[in-house]
Amino acid sequence: MNIIVCVRRAPKTDARIKAGPDGKNYDPAGVEYDISEYDKFAIEAGLLLKEKLGGKVTAISVGPKDVSRDLRNVIAMGADAATLLVSDAAHDPWATASALAAKIKALGFDIVFCGQTSVDSQSAQTAPILAELLGVPCATVATGLEVADNKATVQREIDGGKREKYVLKLPAVISCQKGLNKPRSASMKGIMNAKKAVIEEIPANAPANLVNVLKMDMPPPRPAGKIVGEGPDAAKKLVELLRNEAKVI
Amino acid sequence: MANDVLVYIEFKDGKPTKAGLQALGAGANLAKSLGGSAIALVAGNGLDAEAATLGAYGAAKTLLASGDAFAQYSPDAVAKLISNQAQATSAVAVLASATSAGKDFLPRAAAISKAGLASDIVDLRAEGGKPVAVRPVYAGKARVSVQASGTLFASLRPNVFPTPAQGGGNTPVTPVTVAFGLADLRALVSEIVAGAAGKLDVAEAEIVCSGGRGMKDPATDGKQNWANLEKLAQTVGAAVGASRAVVDAGWRPHAEQVGQTGKTVSPKLYIACGISGAIQHLAGMSGSKVIVAINKDPQAPIFKIADYGIVGDVAEVIPALTDAFAHALR
Ligand SMILES: Cc1cc2nc3c(=O)[nH]c(=O)nc-3n(C[C@H](O)[C@H](O)[C@H](O)COP(=O)(O)OP(=O)(O)OC[C@H]3O[C@@H](n4cnc5c(N)ncnc54)[C@H](O)[C@@H]3O)c2cc1C
Repeated sequence: MNIIVCVRRAPKTDARIKAGPDGKNYDPAGVEYDISEYDKFAIEAGLLLKEKLGGKVTAISVGPKDVSRDLRNVIAMGADAATLLVSDAAHDPWATASALAAKIKALGFDIVFCGQTSVDSQSAQTAPILAELLGVPCATVATGLEVADNKATVQREIDGGKREKYVLKLPAVISCQKGLNKPRSASMKGIMNAKKAVIEEIPANAPANLVNVLKMDMPPPRPAGKIVGEGPDAAKKLVELLRNEAKVI
Repeated sequence: MANDVLVYIEFKDGKPTKAGLQALGAGANLAKSLGGSAIALVAGNGLDAEAATLGAYGAAKTLLASGDAFAQYSPDAVAKLISNQAQATSAVAVLASATSAGKDFLPRAAAISKAGLASDIVDLRAEGGKPVAVRPVYAGKARVSVQASGTLFASLRPNVFPTPAQGGGNTPVTPVTVAFGLADLRALVSEIVAGAAGKLDVAEAEIVCSGGRGMKDPATDGKQNWANLEKLAQTVGAAVGASRAVVDAGWRPHAEQVGQTGKTVSPKLYIACGISGAIQHLAGMSGSKVIVAINKDPQAPIFKIADYGIVGDVAEVIPALTDAFAHALR
């Protein structure tokens, strides 16, 4: 099994975000990073599949040079190899997916795992665009996965807690949702491996963005609220306010 | 025409979804300011009569695709259809709702068309004769205004754009033929595994009642609290949401999680019960129109963004609130 996991580095979810001097991107001052939450489910899916069917797990990321540190962590978790498609640009999902697709085609693949969305851009586009570019089937937001006989059976979450089941012929692209598995931490052995691993670094071959940011700004602050009262006695007053002042019921 | 806006409208149980009508309304407004018209696109079998009614919500005409490829949902079929029609209509913008299906098929459609997609947008307008979309990023901590190099594809967050008032007559319905069948589709649903039947999704509900760790363990001392919350939700027609703390504890399913690593919701009313208001939770719900917080700690950060707060124990306040709502809504 040739298993690819796509990994994105994103500001930590508790980061305070403000617009930077160009007014189009966030100000990176003081921002700490981590692998985007959902990509951890993708990494784990890749490692579990390798444990079951054998093969090789390759992690790929598009990002600035220091993302190699994050990729080293993925190797510490158990990946066999990692490639960083180096770029400092703020790519849109199309450009990111195109850069990934070029490398994945060159590597060859049976299955590609991505996070279902990223915690920063939250576009939820990379996996489906990647699948179109690779010309293979795709299931998004997977919460269940079984791979056997060159087929992936995927359950995906749809609205209202229902699930759809897909049977995809491999090769395929699958985007992973929380609930699919429990991501592991790095093992001692993995950390030793990661120390000597060579992370491939090549320039990202990304086309121009199709979506262009005109400006970044902050949502308007919410007006100060009020404490209606204490305990159950305040309930009636609250409902009155919701009806007569806020007019939402 | 080059100023027309193509809007794909999801149907459920033979009727257009509310989110779909909201997208149509937004598309009609955009088309008007660009000097074009809104074209509705529908896929499914036996929808002719209902598809015509979209005229009352702003569609100048309706395109209807049917056949075996649309007998059940396939993201590939819808994506190919949208991409084909985007080209056939030369639309300047292509819209759909950011529902779980919309988020599934629209990126594929945009990729086939080699067009830029703005996901989960909360505003849409014309600027200098071109569509501009606004979308929250970093889970609503910031937002970006974006434009596309060519046609703008955009998925619209449910409940943010108003549902258009019904007015005017039916539209003509033009059947569109597609050059693909079932056999050409890469991904097909083989089965739907039912969740609780007819359960309202947090991302689409107009009212969300969420519970956090302050609700306590539903297996032990929190049992009554969660039953009370369900009853409150039922009384006001709300979906139940949850903080990550309770999802991680296995008290509630992940599908209900609101926040940066859960769903982003924009209901008209969000009631947070026993939720502290961590930055990742606020990220997912601060776009709600009105926020109510119930928390026994007056210092809880959730009160900083709530419009209305009650300081008190959820065990007492939720049932009182349910009674008050039941009384008011009678
Ligand atoms: C990478 C990452 C991603 C995350 N993503 C999310 C996310 O998507 N969504 C999310 O919600 N969180 C997320 N979190 C977690 C977040 O940081 C908080 O830990 C979580 O939101 C806390 O949940 P809570 O408010 O239910 O619990 P707590 O913070 O424990 O708050 C419980 C509250 O209940 C109140 N309370 C207790 N008893 C009562 C009572 N009897 N009556 C009334 N009030 C009572 C307390 O005063 C307290 O304010 C994320 C964290 C990380 C690190």
